Amino acid sequence: MESPVEIVQHTTGGMIGASWLMIAFPLLGAAILLVLGRMTNRWGHLLGVAMSLASFVVAVLAFLELIGLPAEQRRQAVHLYEFIPGMVDMGLLVDPLSISFCLLITGVGSLIHIYSIGYMSHDPDRRRFFSYLNLFVSAMLLLVLADNYVGLFIGWEGVGLASYLLIGFWYFKPSAAVAAKKAFVVNRVGDLGLLVGMFVIITTFHTLTFSDLGKAIAANPPSGGAVTAIGLLLLLGACGKSAQLPLQSWLLDAMEGPTPVSALIHAATMVTAGVYLVVRSGAFFFPEGSPQALAVAIVGAATLLAGAIIGTAKDDIKKGLAGSTMSQIGYMMLGAAFGPVGYTFAIGHLITHGFFKADLFLGAGSVMHGMNDEVDMRKYGGLRKAMPITFATFFIGYLAIIGFPMLSGYFTKDGIIETAIEHNQVLGWLAVLGAGVTGFYMSRMVFMTFFGQKRWADDAHPHESPLVMTVPLMVLSLGALVLGAYLVLSNRLYEFLTPAVGAAEEAPHFAFTSVPGLATLALVAIGAAFAWYKYGRAEVPSVQPRGSFLTTFARRDLYGDALNESLFMRPGQWLTRIAVYFDNRGVDGLVNGLAAGIGGSSGRLRRLQTGFARTYALSILFGAALLAGALLLVGNI
Amino acid sequence: MTTHYLILSGLLFAIGAMGVLIRRNAIVVFMCVELMLNACNLAFVTFARQNGNLEGQIIAFFVMVVAAAEVVVGLAIIVTIFRTRRSASVDDANLLKY
Amino acid sequence: MSPWLPILMAVPVLGAIVVALLPKGSDKLAKQVTLVVSLVVLALTIVMATQFRTGGPRFQFQAAYDWIPSFGVKFGVGVDGIALVLIALSAVLVPIVVLASWHDADGTQSADGTLITPKRSVKTYFSLLLVLEAMMIGVFAATDVFLFYVFFEAMLIPMYFMIGSYGGAQRSYAAVKFLLYSLFGGLLMLVAVIALYVVAGKGTFMYPELIGVIKDPATQKWLFGGFFIAFAIKAPLWPVHTWLPDAAAQAPAGAAVLLVGVLDKVGTFGMLRFCLELFPDAAKAFTTPIVVLAVISIIYGAIVAIGQTDMKRLIAYTSISHFGFIVMGVFAMSQVAQSGAALYMVNHGFSTGALFLAAGFLIARRGSPYIADYGGVQKVAPLLAGFFLIAGLAGLSLPGLSSFVSEFMVMIGTYSSTAFGAGALTVAAVISAVAVILAAVYILWMVQRTLHGPTAEPVKAFKDLNAREIVVLAPLVALIIGFGFFPKPLLDVINPAVTQTLVNVQVDNPAIAEKGAGQ
Repeated sequence: MESPVEIVQHTTGGMIGASWLMIAFPLLGAAILLVLGRMTNRWGHLLGVAMSLASFVVAVLAFLELIGLPAEQRRQAVHLYEFIPGMVDMGLLVDPLSISFCLLITGVGSLIHIYSIGYMSHDPDRRRFFSYLNLFVSAMLLLVLADNYVGLFIGWEGVGLASYLLIGFWYFKPSAAVAAKKAFVVNRVGDLGLLVGMFVIITTFHTLTFSDLGKAIAANPPSGGAVTAIGLLLLLGACGKSAQLPLQSWLLDAMEGPTPVSALIHAATMVTAGVYLVVRSGAFFFPEGSPQALAVAIVGAATLLAGAIIGTAKDDIKKGLAGSTMSQIGYMMLGAAFGPVGYTFAIGHLITHGFFKADLFLGAGSVMHGMNDEVDMRKYGGLRKAMPITFATFFIGYLAIIGFPMLSGYFTKDGIIETAIEHNQVLGWLAVLGAGVTGFYMSRMVFMTFFGQKRWADDAHPHESPLVMTVPLMVLSLGALVLGAYLVLSNRLYEFLTPAVGAAEEAPHFAFTSVPGLATLALVAIGAAFAWYKYGRAEVPSVQPRGSFLTTFARRDLYGDALNESLFMRPGQWLTRIAVYFDNRGVDGLVNGLAAGIGGSSGRLRRLQTGFARTYALSILFGAALLAGALLLVGNI
Repeated sequence: MTTHYLILSGLLFAIGAMGVLIRRNAIVVFMCVELMLNACNLAFVTFARQNGNLEGQIIAFFVMVVAAAEVVVGLAIIVTIFRTRRSASVDDANLLKY
Repeated sequence: MSPWLPILMAVPVLGAIVVALLPKGSDKLAKQVTLVVSLVVLALTIVMATQFRTGGPRFQFQAAYDWIPSFGVKFGVGVDGIALVLIALSAVLVPIVVLASWHDADGTQSADGTLITPKRSVKTYFSLLLVLEAMMIGVFAATDVFLFYVFFEAMLIPMYFMIGSYGGAQRSYAAVKFLLYSLFGGLLMLVAVIALYVVAGKGTFMYPELIGVIKDPATQKWLFGGFFIAFAIKAPLWPVHTWLPDAAAQAPAGAAVLLVGVLDKVGTFGMLRFCLELFPDAAKAFTTPIVVLAVISIIYGAIVAIGQTDMKRLIAYTSISHFGFIVMGVFAMSQVAQSGAALYMVNHGFSTGALFLAAGFLIARRGSPYIADYGGVQKVAPLLAGFFLIAGLAGLSLPGLSSFVSEFMVMIGTYSSTAFGAGALTVAAVISAVAVILAAVYILWMVQRTLHGPTAEPVKAFKDLNAREIVVLAPLVALIIGFGFFPKPLLDVINPAVTQTLVNVQVDNPAIAEKGAGQ
């Protein structure tokens, strides 16, 4: 494996020099909308969209400037200002990896902004929603653009904050408030890993900046222990943000937020951050074949299966999609464990997933919009005639995610599977199995929603959504159609990313007729057929059947919440109660006891003051005698 | 040859102290305090004589002055107490306690 | 001789006298005069701070007047970078507190409708506030150890009256507890101060002349103990912390801000300046137990905070956790950790100040400090909720807000400290990092129960922030966000002082990061 090309300090102006504008525009938007408050209610959403689009324009211009440079200069560090003197400066790193993310974040993000104009048109708090969306985009851009771990961490937590605000957007619903808090707290567990990882990095390598880190490692290859520790700690961070096992539990609850938020969290931002972290640190801390890279692969494989299994049992359309996100991110993690080729497919899948998952989520939102915010798929059925555009775009997204040949998901997912099998047979074939399950649960979703009998509530009048919502859907489904082929065929993405993530010994070669590829297709077809047998051909009961033990297992999110509750929450509550009791009775009790003791004993001593003058006289006499005696004694010595 | 004076002084002091401790009448207690003071005066004068200087005698004068002032204040207090409480017993005047 | 610091102390004292002498019934005038005086002090402080030369000598604006010549006691003042930022913190917080406590001394309505009337007049409260400001400036500016001690103790008096006369239902208990605790520590310190004078035998209390004078390790340990216990109580460090929740919960919100935001900083400031530099060997010898206590404070404070039902007590316990970080940073003996600790002192003043004040505004509307009495505030008072949330996020050290920078520096500086051999304090840093999670729990759980959820019936009548309250909170939030992204101005002032401290403590002080590492 060849290491990535050296980072050069950006000197000239141009769009790369002004790439901080990408972060600044949406941040400014958020600030204006929050500070001016109600005054901006009328045009706030337009400002939000404009800021996001402006950011997208900057990203495109910077991208064009970057590909105009020769390959060995495509990693440009832009110094901004001195952040913590003597420790770290704030700066941006514009390279193929970060710019790919920027394009995805601002592009898909802008589409989600536009869509939200329509989706949130009836919400009195639409302006606040757009300010949070802008904040989200801004934080995510800082995360991917920062040229050091501290800046990355600020963006990382900023994303956490924005997701907290957005998941809890309908804060008056207790469930939303709890879900928001849960997302933040679980994310913080991951943040702990990233934080401690930074401690180890700076202590070992004396820098937190990517460019210096590369040089430090090249000049002085570190021992395995520290690097393994760093890798595992960063992986913990990635698990939190990307909802990988064992920190996946927040993701399903996060569906409490408005649907565009789910699209933003799941497609363009947030959950991709963990993958970004692993890929960005890959050259430093996740060398191929190292134990920490294996850990990444195991986490990815386990999560892709867990997410897929959860997805099979959900009747809530958003939760089904959430399970699918877990699963797809699991694929990316699995890919990110296997060096530059893996990175390419992981990032490729991340980009295509960004499109088709946003497409699916926004499509689900469009369905809900037409169905009085009903999320239960058992109350849908036969919607393809009522909302044709939504159906068409959703269907394209569906074909893309199950890996239908020639659509985007086919290329990128297949790439990951083949790379995985090449390196690790067991995990690779598990990924093939996961693809089959994906075929089942996604087909189930499509059949339950758009086909079969109408099972609508009496007051439901499904209708197609307005253009402001359907146009973004069309754009996204276009991406879901062609993007995979464009990126993977003739290795476009691989060659573009090489300066940032390094080159493999052998460039990837996409095979249309490999054994794993054909096996995947076969399993997907079986899964889809089984779904047709159970949900397409047969009547879907509009009340959830009791289901077998396995169904319940999946419905309960594999008992992840129950596990967290019994392992952390309840013992935590006990610990808190004990600590409070100890503080009040133990520590403070000791203090108050001492005070009471002194008070009590002085109360007794007080009794010596009887008020009888002759008693006092007697004690004076005794005292005098004692003194005289003492003096005599001393005098005699 | 001053030993006898000192013994006398000690006896007077002991008598005074006993009186303060066992008598209840405020006037008698007061007298006993005076007796103790004068016992001290006697000792001072004796020591002055023994050491051949005047310091003891000077102190005796101081004590007398202070005793006189004390008599003035003390008797006034006793008289006032007697007026209000119709009693001159020191044990009855025990309100100033814990 | 520079007149800056004496003037800075004289202005509030004069103001206090004027306010105290105002005729009865001129409450409003008293408030206005106090506000103007505190703003003048702030302006003077800003002008003074701009004159501070970061590359100059350690102590600047020095002035010394004979005070008790027979013992060599001088009224000696002067500031280094750390003292300067803390004086600036006090000067910023006082006008904000004056505005915030505009009605605090008028009496408060408790939840059951009874009026808690203060024991003393309104103008006395504001007069005390100004006296306190003078003393806060004095305690940070004192370069004479005896003068420092005098201010250290005298600060208790105005604070005692502010809690005891204007506080909540349990104010007497809280005020006496606060006073006794502090006096106990103070007396130990007095013994140590006198012993320092005698043992050093220099005939002076002037701090710069006492550095490095005490050589005997045993003597150092005893004197260190005297100072440290006083500072640990002040800071407060586990297990001598229980006075703080009571005092902070009973004090009026403004007084609580000054108590936790500034007064307690004297403890950690004293550790950094006196314990370390005067007794370096003892400080190094005691590092292990002290860092253990600090880590216990961090985790224990956070856990107990989670279990609190009273907002103000909760904030007080979070402060105990944060003070643990500061103490850990001070004793980690590395440049980054100590700069982080000094910066933390300032940032904690802003974040806890904002949190206390926002909670105070909530409590003033509802009359109850209990979290369970709230719910859904965001619906009726979105501005108040927004400020409360931002202050809370600063309390949980969200990156991008000022407290993150300092907490990060303390932890990373502790982790990488080489003063006791490489890796000696890594365990402490890693354990303390768990507080990152606990902080999210205590803040967000409180936010969830107060701001979110369905709006509780009594909350529906809430009015949103008025102009005065916005003016109170906005500057704090601006500072929190500003220093979150640009901590450099503060750090540039703090760093030289810390470097000098480490030289005096005689520890190795390698740079944590090197530009172009590995080349």
